[in-house]
Order: sequence, then C-alpha cells, then structure tokens
Amino acid sequence: MLFQQLVNGLTIGTTYALVAVGFSMVYSVLELANFANGAFYVFAPYIVVLLYVSMGWGFIPAFLIAVIATGVLGAFMDRFILTNIRGRKAPISSSMVATLGVSTVIMNGLIAIFGSDTKAVPNAFPVGKVYIGSVIITGNQLIIIVLSVVIMAVLSIIVYRTKRGSAMRAIAQNTVAAQMMGVHVNRVITVTFFIGSVSAAIAGTMVAMYYGSVDTTLYTTVSVKTFASAILGGIGSIPGAMLGGVIIGMLETIVAGYVSSAYKDMISFVIIIIFLIFRPTGLLGHKKINKV
Amino acid sequence: MKRLLHVWAKHEKYVNVVLFAAAVVYPLIFTRQYLINVGILCLVYVLLSLSLNVLTGYMGITGLGWAGFFGIGAYTAAILSTKAGWNFILTFLAAMAVTGMFGLLIGMPTRKLSGRYVAIVTMAFCEICRALETNMDWLTRGSRGIPNIPRLELFGMKFNKQAQYYLILFLVLLAVIVMGRIVNSRIGRGVLAVKDDDIAASAMGVNPFSYKVMIFGVAASLAGLAGAFYAHYIGFIDPSNFTFDQSTIIISMTIMGGLGNPMGSVLGAVTLTVLPEILRPLMDVRQIVYGVMLIIMMIVRPQGILGGFNLKHIRQQDSVHKEVRNE
Repeated sequence: MLFQQLVNGLTIGTTYALVAVGFSMVYSVLELANFANGAFYVFAPYIVVLLYVSMGWGFIPAFLIAVIATGVLGAFMDRFILTNIRGRKAPISSSMVATLGVSTVIMNGLIAIFGSDTKAVPNAFPVGKVYIGSVIITGNQLIIIVLSVVIMAVLSIIVYRTKRGSAMRAIAQNTVAAQMMGVHVNRVITVTFFIGSVSAAIAGTMVAMYYGSVDTTLYTTVSVKTFASAILGGIGSIPGAMLGGVIIGMLETIVAGYVSSAYKDMISFVIIIIFLIFRPTGLLGHKKINKV
Repeated sequence: MKRLLHVWAKHEKYVNVVLFAAAVVYPLIFTRQYLINVGILCLVYVLLSLSLNVLTGYMGITGLGWAGFFGIGAYTAAILSTKAGWNFILTFLAAMAVTGMFGLLIGMPTRKLSGRYVAIVTMAFCEICRALETNMDWLTRGSRGIPNIPRLELFGMKFNKQAQYYLILFLVLLAVIVMGRIVNSRIGRGVLAVKDDDIAASAMGVNPFSYKVMIFGVAASLAGLAGAFYAHYIGFIDPSNFTFDQSTIIISMTIMGGLGNPMGSVLGAVTLTVLPEILRPLMDVRQIVYGVMLIIMMIVRPQGILGGFNLKHIRQQDSVHKEVRNE
C-alpha cells in the first residue's frame, strides 16, 4: 500500500518537477514568477485534443505540434511583451502582472473555443502493467516517469554543459556582466522561455493523459504547485526544482492516501511554510551572500 | 502630461479634496442601483489594494495571497453575525482583530526570509485558508458557503445602497489616513530604508523587524475589514470568492496603479473593477479583452499608472527653479 502510494506520488511528482524546472530556469535568469507557465501547461493538452481527437491525427505528430506551438507561444510572449517591459527598467513585478494577463487571455481563449466543460483525453499508449511484488506500475506511469527523467536530464545537460546554458547561468548571476562578455541577453532569455514552456507543455499533456481528462481549472493548482516546488528545492537550482516537485507530489499522494484527500493540498503548503522558516534558501539553494 | 503633473504636484491637497468630493457625490448623481453597486465594489477593492500596497510598495513583498486575509475577514464577520448575532460594528472589529493576528503570524517569517520567499508564504497561506474554508464544514458549511448574512443595520435601521456606499467610503478614508500616518512616521521611514538597502539601513542602526511585522499586521487587518464589509454587503460567501485568482486580481491592481503610491492603488483598483463591467456586453470574449488590456497597460506603463511619479520631488524641483529664477 505504502509503496503503491509512493509510485503514484512519484509519477505526479516527476511531472511537477518537469514544470518546476522550466519555471525555475526562467526565475533564475529574470527573478520573474512566470504565471503563464500554468496556462501553457493547460494549453498543450487542448491542442493535443484538437489535433489527435477531433482531427484524427496520429498521437506523436499531434503531441509534437502541441509542444512546439506552446514553446513558440512562450517565446513570443517574451519577445513581444516581456522584452518591452524589461527595456523600460520597470520592477519585475510588472512583468509578473503581464504574465498574469497572458494567462487570462490563454485560459479564456481556451474556454471560448473549446467550452468550459472537461475534455476527455484518450490514452494513446494502452500498454500493460508491471508488477513488482504487490505494487502495480502502469505503462502510463512508467512512460511519464521515464520521459520526465530523460527530459530533465537533457535540460540539465543544456544548462550545465552547453554554451547557451553557460550564457543562461551567466545572466542569472549578473546580467550586465554577461552582456559585456558578449551574451545576447534577450535572445538567451527568449530561448529560456521556449524551454520552460516546452517542459510545461510536455508535463501538461502527460498528466492529462494520465488522468484521462483536461479542463481549465487545472491552471491555478498547477501554478501554485510549480511555484512551491521551485521554491522548496531552492530557486534557480535545477536539481532542487526536481527534488521539490517530487517531494510535493509524494507528500500530497501520501496525505491523500493516509490522512484525507480534502487536506492534501493544505498539508503540503503547511510543510512548505514550516520548511521555509527553518531553511529559507530551500533544499538545494545556495545562501546569497550580500556584499556591500 | 508633464505640465499636468506639475499642476497636480502644486495643488495636491486640492486635487485630493476634489477627488474625494467626487467620490462623495457619485451615488447622489448616479442613483441607479447597478452603478452604486459598482461603486461599492470599487471601494472594496480600493481598500484591499491600498492595504497590499503598503506591503508591496513599502516593504517590497509581493503579496500573492491577499485573498486569504480578505477571506478570513469575511468568514469571521459572517460566522459571528449568523451564529452569534453580532452587530456589524462588532463583527468589523472582530474581523480586524482576527486577520491582524494572522497577519502578525505570517509576518513573523519576514525576519529571516527575503521578499520572494515571503511571497510564497502568503501564497501558501491563501491556499491553506481556502482548504480550511472548504473543509471545516461545521464552521464554514464548506463549499455550500454561508448564506443569509445579516445586512448592515444600526439601531434597527437598515442601510440602503447609498448608506452602504458611504460606509465603505468612510472605511477607505480611515485606511488612507492610518496608512499615511504609518508611512510618514519614523517607522515608515525605517521600513523604506530597509527596502532600499537593508545592509546600509542596519549599519545606520535601523532594526525594523518589529516595525515590519507590525505593518504586516495592520495591512492584513485592513484587508480583513474589507472582507467583513464584503460579507455583510453581499450577504453570501463561499470559498470560491477567496482563491488564488482573487489574489492575483488584487496584486494586479496594486502593481498596475503604481507601487508605493496610495493614489495609484485607488486608480488601479477602480480601473480593473470598472473595466470588466464596461466589457460586459462582449460576453464570452470579455475576459480575453480584459487580459489583453492588462498586457497593453503593462507594456505602455510598466511602472504602473502613477508609479515613478513623486509629487514631493516635483514640488521640490519647482521650488528650486523658482528660487533660481528669483535670484
């Protein structure tokens, strides 16, 4: 029973982790809480439903188109909205309000086009189950866990091993210095948004398939939980965001299984508050030393 | 635009008086119930956004969970008036006391946490409140909400719409005065110094921790007051009124109006309350247009409508110019 809960928790946790990684990357370069991320998470499965269910495409092309479209949407948001706001030397909270505006537009656009009722998402991979002792792992869970881990590994490689990644980290540390070293700051930030939206899109689609449905009310929960995961792990740290996502996923599954499903969201937030008070930098975050 | 600002800076007091007078005569001129209702809603949001502005504008904390305090105030008033039959004056005070206490509690971590983490704490707090409101069935009736909250009345006299409008206007005025007092005192300056550079401030001997927590408490209790009024005014509350989405609306108002400027909060709250009402004929696409307008406003004036304008500074400049000219 406990192990079964852990497996279920791990499944949902890895998807939180995936979204949180993208969120955390954006946060570390801009210190911006990108609330449009939650909207991207919901946007992608709707596109999949449109292409795969309504228009009868194959799942893989529908999935790829949805993910790329979401990524482009994220990049566009940065290029045409946030870059303008950044250029005006406004506080970063203004960009945050703009992302809230973007998510309002996306969510209500989805409602206007698809209606506000829950959409069924068929399982594209009706594969079997794996039994380990009494623990059942469905093929879907396996795909989610493996795919999430692979994508997070790719993202880590991008951030820590490529030139673009070092540009991102340089901007995160000191934007002005990075610019002076010849980093195209705005271009790198747009790429970061692209990556963040892509990871949100992949996670959103997988979760929609896992639960078999998608609707627009998911937006709030996802926004709050990714933010919380990223902070719990230590903002700006990719392994931290992964850890934070997995912990939150496991916590809420265990609380739902053993305490009460009504309080599952609450308990994870109580733990986050207590945790932040005792370890303000998050699990894997570094303490920022303030130099005068 | 610039000349307008100078005129405004020169006659700031008169402008404030005129604006206040306009707010006073509004329900006398526009007597339609609907328009007065919109006016009341505006003022409720003005109160919320004003209280949040103290937190965000003066302490640099992006409060992402302001609806939590709003909800606590509303539920306190609703429960006390329906179950214990308290008069609205008592429920207002009780709501302020209870939310103030929660504000102090949530403000405590500010000693150790930087602004962005406090933002998370407030956001988590809002979610916790909503979960409790939904699940503590014996007290809050869960998602069925609390109906039949007694309307505002004093000595057996029921408040009509106009009277309700004037009550909330009075509360807003009170909040403006209290906030102004705090911000322009030694406490406010200490907090402002810490916001700009906490290391420099502590080197100058400012230890504002207790001030910060106190301001947090005062701001929260004002949000609770707004909640209490809202509960009595609307007559029915349920947890869906106090969600994260509501919080994002309040913070949008505060930031769009301009941080650290009480007049900005008024403008932001009124704009974002009236805008959806004006867009009502658009039906389905109204929220989309609202979102687009929000984005456009942030692009055109990212620092907020009145952000970055310091009337005091403009006045000083003007007086310097005058002296130079006289010499």
